[in-house]
Amino acid sequence: MTEPLLAVTGLRKAFGGVAAVDDVSFSVAAGEIVALIGPNGAGKSTCFNLINGQLAPDAGSVRLGGTAIGGAAPRAIARLGVGRTFQVAATFASMTVRENVQLALLAHAGAQHQIGRRATTALAAEADALLEQVRMARFADQGCATLAYGDAKRVELALALANAPRLLLMDEPTAGMSPNSRNRMMQLAADLARQTRVAVLFTEHDMDVVFGHADRVIVLDRGRIIAEGPPAAIRNEPRVRAVYLGDDEA
Amino acid sequence: MTLASLLAQLLNGLAGASSLFLVAAGLTLIFGVSRVVNFAHGSLYMLGAYVAWTSVAWFGRGPVGFWGGVLLATLVVAAIGALVESLLLRRIYAAPELLQLAATFGVVLIVRDLTLATWGAEDLLGPRAAGFAGVVDLFGRATPTYELLLIVVGPLVLAGLWWLLVRTRFGVQIRAATENRALVGALGINEARLFTQVFALGAGLAGLAGALQLPREPANLGMDLAIIAEAFVVTVVGGLGSITGAFLAALLIGLVKALCVVVGTVEFGGFAIAFPKLTLVAEFVVMAIVLAVRPYGLLGQPAVIPATTPVAEFRALIRPPGRRSLAAALALAAVAALLPFTGDEYRLILATDILVLAVFAASLQFLMGGGGMASFGHAAYFGLGAYGAALAFKHGAPMAFALAAAPAAALVGAVIFGWFCVRLSGVYLAMLTLAFAQIVWSIAFQWDAVTGGSNGLVGIWPAPLLADKRDYFWFVLTLAGAALAAIAWLAQTPLGYALRGSRDSALRAEALGIDVRRTQWMAFAIAGTFAGLAGGLHVFSKGSLSPETLAIPRSVDALVMVLLGGLNAIAGPLLGAAAFTLLQDGLARATDYWRAVLGAAILLIVLLAPMGIGGALQRLFARGAR
Ligand SMILES: Nc1ncnc2c1ncn2[C@@H]1O[C@H](COP(=O)(O)OP(=O)(O)OP(=O)(O)O)[C@@H](O)[C@H]1O
Ligand SMILES: [Mg+2]
Repeated sequence: MTEPLLAVTGLRKAFGGVAAVDDVSFSVAAGEIVALIGPNGAGKSTCFNLINGQLAPDAGSVRLGGTAIGGAAPRAIARLGVGRTFQVAATFASMTVRENVQLALLAHAGAQHQIGRRATTALAAEADALLEQVRMARFADQGCATLAYGDAKRVELALALANAPRLLLMDEPTAGMSPNSRNRMMQLAADLARQTRVAVLFTEHDMDVVFGHADRVIVLDRGRIIAEGPPAAIRNEPRVRAVYLGDDEA
Repeated sequence: MTLASLLAQLLNGLAGASSLFLVAAGLTLIFGVSRVVNFAHGSLYMLGAYVAWTSVAWFGRGPVGFWGGVLLATLVVAAIGALVESLLLRRIYAAPELLQLAATFGVVLIVRDLTLATWGAEDLLGPRAAGFAGVVDLFGRATPTYELLLIVVGPLVLAGLWWLLVRTRFGVQIRAATENRALVGALGINEARLFTQVFALGAGLAGLAGALQLPREPANLGMDLAIIAEAFVVTVVGGLGSITGAFLAALLIGLVKALCVVVGTVEFGGFAIAFPKLTLVAEFVVMAIVLAVRPYGLLGQPAVIPATTPVAEFRALIRPPGRRSLAAALALAAVAALLPFTGDEYRLILATDILVLAVFAASLQFLMGGGGMASFGHAAYFGLGAYGAALAFKHGAPMAFALAAAPAAALVGAVIFGWFCVRLSGVYLAMLTLAFAQIVWSIAFQWDAVTGGSNGLVGIWPAPLLADKRDYFWFVLTLAGAALAAIAWLAQTPLGYALRGSRDSALRAEALGIDVRRTQWMAFAIAGTFAGLAGGLHVFSKGSLSPETLAIPRSVDALVMVLLGGLNAIAGPLLGAAAFTLLQDGLARATDYWRAVLGAAILLIVLLAPMGIGGALQRLFARGAR
């Protein structure tokens, strides 16, 4: 295989002397779905923040399709084709669901600073198509602030997809959903990834979702990778069971 | 320049730094615990000076009168602070920062008028400090002992606060509340009491500073806003919430100001630059450099970016205006166009004022409602426009060019100031905008040769074609109408949405490839330009202008209009400007204390109707439509 789409090497970030991410290296190939798991505070979200530019790494490199992106601004990294969802769903609260997606599409087209047309009539069909994809079409005219939490997560996915990403980062995409919706949501992301060869990196606390949809699992504990491999192997890895699955599977 | 004169100025600068530090320390302490920036902190400082003066008047100029007065001022002002906290601020801790700032400004207005009513409008000359009236010989120069005493007070208070914060249970509670809000409940701290105590402490420091200032400066009604602008600069430079930072910043600024005086007037390629007059500008340069390198001040912590805006008002769905709004606007414009035929000139003047102010308010609403950036110094752009037009006119430009100079001048200012402001957010941004406005004001006030200083400029009348009040009204109606329509349009465009998106969730906007800072910077430029246009229209309707045109109260007028009209209501600026103009006109005729009434009105809006008139109307219509 050629160079992986995302390659992270020796990544490190400390907050006030405590390393939240410590010498982390991994890679994700196009079309591959990788789960990043670990207990609370393991450093998963920090990893995401380092990859999408929200935080600058203390050390190490992040490469996207061969280009070094570590330390670049989030907007620049977004332009290179990295879409993300946040652990606490981040949508535009004062806009409708459709307007949210329209703004995302406008930004993707580089038209976010235009003043010659209305935003609400721009790219409406494309926006509706995306909402159809994430099964949010019937909420298109609803304000984003009033959505149920799981629905806000779906909108976020549509926003990330509006950017036509090569790499999709999803931080706890199914939090706040019922078990059924969880699987549907992940199935949706998985189908998309396989059809369009998007690389997906996601974090998740629900092990059924992880083992049901990931091609590969990376386990993080206190900022370090303690195991990596296909779901079946991870399930039986003793160190993983000790720090992470202990209560679940015993 | 001799070494001795340098030293004398340095000592003077350090003495000034002490009182500035006391005020800033209180401000920062209160902010750290309650997250409220207390605009009224300067008013507490002013009260300190007045109370000390009264003590001297009652008990004489001896130690009892003076030092007793210092103590009395500290205690009385602390008590007033506790009162303000428990009556007012306690009710608005959960409100958006913007409303909190507005509410504390309401307090400023009320305190100003109460002071006026109690002590009168005359400056009250203070005594020399008992026991420190003399001078000592320092490096061959007579140095007032009181200056030396003040220099010592700053570090003493810093040490005292350190001891308090590190060694006492109260201090532990303050630090816990400052560093981690959640800890307060977890540690079983009585939050309400802690907040009141901290507020009393901060207020007491302000009272102390005001009382100590009395021998250096007469007690006067301008003390409140003069010191608050400087205290904002100090807290922003030092880093909000950091007492040590405030100390360092006060020292830095005190020294830079002293250096300005020492340097004196310098010939610079044919230009004479009078540095002593540029002390406020020097503060600005210090602030600009510090913020460019450390956006959160010397010792401040960067704010954590929330996933979405925590401001409840900003979470409400905003619908684009429909055809009905357009029809209503056109109908209103048509009715307004008939106004000159009623023949009532006074009404025409009021209507012109309303239109001009509506544009001013709309420009602020664009920034504040759409962009979530509270500009507390919006008068700067209005004033730059007014001065730009007036100066162009005075230098022989025809009216059309002079009027075009207005938005141009304001645009330049907004681009420069905005560059710094968009690096910050929330209260930092608000304080910075205010500081910038103060700088523009001080330039207008001090640069006699060009701006006419405190007298301002006169004789700026429209071209003969528009000399008639009725013609000028139609002219303003056309331009203001176009400006209001343009601003309303901008909010509907992709740029307007990108701006609102940056307000709703900066994280999300950036993750979508939207450059939040650049978007906000553009908004600043746009808002400044329109405010400048309003300033230009204003000066030609009045025929004259003075530094008042860009003083703090004018910025607050804009805020009040936006709040009155509603932060996100499309008709808000017009409604707000109309309500404000008519209210002020009526009040000013009815009472000398209209400021206090206005302040009370602000408090009422904040407490009872945070959505403003426009918001209430919109809700009413929405209900009716359903
Ligand atoms: N901005 C920050 N400042 C200081 N410390 C931080 C910051 N962000 C994260 N941390 C710390 O870094 C560590 C890792 O946090 P992170 O959010 O990455 O964990 P996580 O694996 O995503 O946990 P969770 O499953 O709870 O979401 C934690 O100890 C956290 O407190
Ligand atoms: Mg996380």
